[in-house]
Amino acid sequence: MRVFRRTATISLDVLCQMASVTSKPAAAPPLAEQSAAAAQVIRIEPPRGWFNLRLKELWDYRELLYFLVWRDVKIRYKQTAIGVVWVILQPLLTMLVFTLFFGKLAKLPSQGLPYQVFYFAAVVPWMYFSYSLVNATNIVVENQRVITKVYFPRLILPFSAVLSGLVDFSIGFIVLLIFTLSYGLRPGITVALLPLFLLLATLTALGVGLWLSALNALYRDVKYLIPFLTQFWMLASPVAYPSSMVPERFRWIYGLNPMAGVIEGFRWALTGHGQAPSSVLIASSSMVVLLVFGGLIFFNRMEGSIADRV
Amino acid sequence: MTTTAIAGEGLSKRYQRGLAQSGLLRDKLAAAFRSPTKLFQRNRQEMFWALKGVSLEIKEGEVLGLIGRNGSGKTTLLKILSRITRPTEGWAEIHGRVGSLLEVGTGFHPELTGRENAFLSGAILGMTRQEISRKFDQIVAFAELEQFIDTPVKHYSSGMYVRLAFAVAAHLEPEILLVDEVLAVGDIRFQKKCLGKMGDVARAGRTVILVSHQLNQIRRLCNRVLWLDAGALRREGPTAVTVSAYEEEMGASRGDDEREVAGAAQFLRWQLTGKNRLEDHVLPGEGETSFSFVLRVNHPLFNVHHGIALYDQDRHLLWGNAADGLTLKPGLHELRYMLPALPLRPGVYSWRVSLFDGATRIDDWECTPPMHVVTVPVTHYRDEFAGFLNIPSRLEVVSIDS
Repeated sequence: MRVFRRTATISLDVLCQMASVTSKPAAAPPLAEQSAAAAQVIRIEPPRGWFNLRLKELWDYRELLYFLVWRDVKIRYKQTAIGVVWVILQPLLTMLVFTLFFGKLAKLPSQGLPYQVFYFAAVVPWMYFSYSLVNATNIVVENQRVITKVYFPRLILPFSAVLSGLVDFSIGFIVLLIFTLSYGLRPGITVALLPLFLLLATLTALGVGLWLSALNALYRDVKYLIPFLTQFWMLASPVAYPSSMVPERFRWIYGLNPMAGVIEGFRWALTGHGQAPSSVLIASSSMVVLLVFGGLIFFNRMEGSIADRV
Repeated sequence: MTTTAIAGEGLSKRYQRGLAQSGLLRDKLAAAFRSPTKLFQRNRQEMFWALKGVSLEIKEGEVLGLIGRNGSGKTTLLKILSRITRPTEGWAEIHGRVGSLLEVGTGFHPELTGRENAFLSGAILGMTRQEISRKFDQIVAFAELEQFIDTPVKHYSSGMYVRLAFAVAAHLEPEILLVDEVLAVGDIRFQKKCLGKMGDVARAGRTVILVSHQLNQIRRLCNRVLWLDAGALRREGPTAVTVSAYEEEMGASRGDDEREVAGAAQFLRWQLTGKNRLEDHVLPGEGETSFSFVLRVNHPLFNVHHGIALYDQDRHLLWGNAADGLTLKPGLHELRYMLPALPLRPGVYSWRVSLFDGATRIDDWECTPPMHVVTVPVTHYRDEFAGFLNIPSRLEVVSIDS
């Protein structure tokens, strides 16, 4: 019977040839966009190279970035009963707790500001930062379903995570502004520098978020590290105390924490109290550049294996 | 001339076995503690190749089917081509905008409304906001969800969910579409609609790669088929032939090589005869079918009984008959059959012929090679509802009120 089997194979091969001769090629009327897209060639290769940051691709996908931010914001408000109220309540309650314990009980200095303003001006940017950091860390894992089913530059995810927090921040900031004015403080020209400090906070969250989100996809341990990290980081930033309490000679090390510059600067720019954090700011900015640059490289390097590992 | 849409060379993907479970840093640290040098070595045993050295070329406008057993690398290949994962070795080049549909409802969120999800999912699948806005009414109409489009999808039935999800996906207009078994969901009428839409896509000259276990679907849509086996390319060629070969292998677990030889008589071979045949064992049409079995008789036989049966891939008996009182002289004989019609769906079938003297078996042959039927399917588009017979039908709905 082996003979028969062989004949079968041969005859099928013959059939293959016959069919390929007789089957007519599928008619292909040119699509409208085809000529434009014909130039577009995607090359698929094993991951290689360290220094391709692929920021252009990020720009090409900016609409998706917009949709992801929009989704994050929308869902956050839809799932809660009182929605936006939380955005105001959270920093407000934190401020009250700080005022009570660090201010009234511990009597920490507050640069001549009312404790309420002193703390509120720090809590609003801090909460934006910590929210963004946590969000960025989790976003790759949270989107694992999508990541394993469709391609888009994964880099979009941490970017969307830090951007979506800006909506909450804006609401919190408006409340902060009203609050500050109600205490009779009149912000000066330094207010113009606020966006700079906000940008610094965004970039810090992004820089660290890039590292942590990729690591979180590889090792879920990161999830357990995060609450500790944010807590520690807050204590290492001048949220509950002024940075003037840090001895002068350690100030530059302190400044390596980018959030030190951000919080101190934010408070200063809004109220005019305290010192312009010039030296601290230089250290902070350099640190942020390193974090973001390194984070981009690391994230892109890991991108290839993220879909296989989440 | 037709140009190349996708070209790939030596595509390979290596995975680490059990990677998902051992994602804990603890394990890594523990391993590093035990033997620090091992941390930097790759454990060869834990690696396996999901795809190994697959090369392919797909022309513009071609509809290519990917078939193979579970774990044969179909999905891995699709994921590499859609850039979800990177190959470990090899390269591929894609000419044109790629859309991939590896599941229905990618990026859907239950809290969002149908409208919001349509935009979100569209954006994730690669449509621009303008594109979605422009096609939005079409999408809603296709999904038949006009009244519910502003309801959160968590209140949708699963059918509604799938309809919306597919409607979005169906309006994706990339030059190259990669599809993984997504049609195997939803209600039948809607599936038919989707299949129609897919057919439109194929006819519009778009390049499509379709992974499916529904061989009927592959037959209906694809011009050419790649058969993957254990991560490697097993065979490629025109749909009918490749799918049949695959089906044959899937059903070829029964051993027929150790047939008992030499008795009073023995069946030697069989073949299709007459006009309705493409090859000796390939049946192209449903109409008049003739075939014959060659029998060698060693000793004279009197008043023997002959049986014939036709089985499908799943060993369903489709047809059987018998003849009594045959008298055969020694020598070669041909048993010729003629059936006015043999309306079989495409697939692999096998004949079985036997010869008995009273209760004593002279020969009982499971005919090889099997019969390949390459008719055009005209029955239900899903294999499980299509039945055995490939008979064209016409439906008329007539009102008989009063």
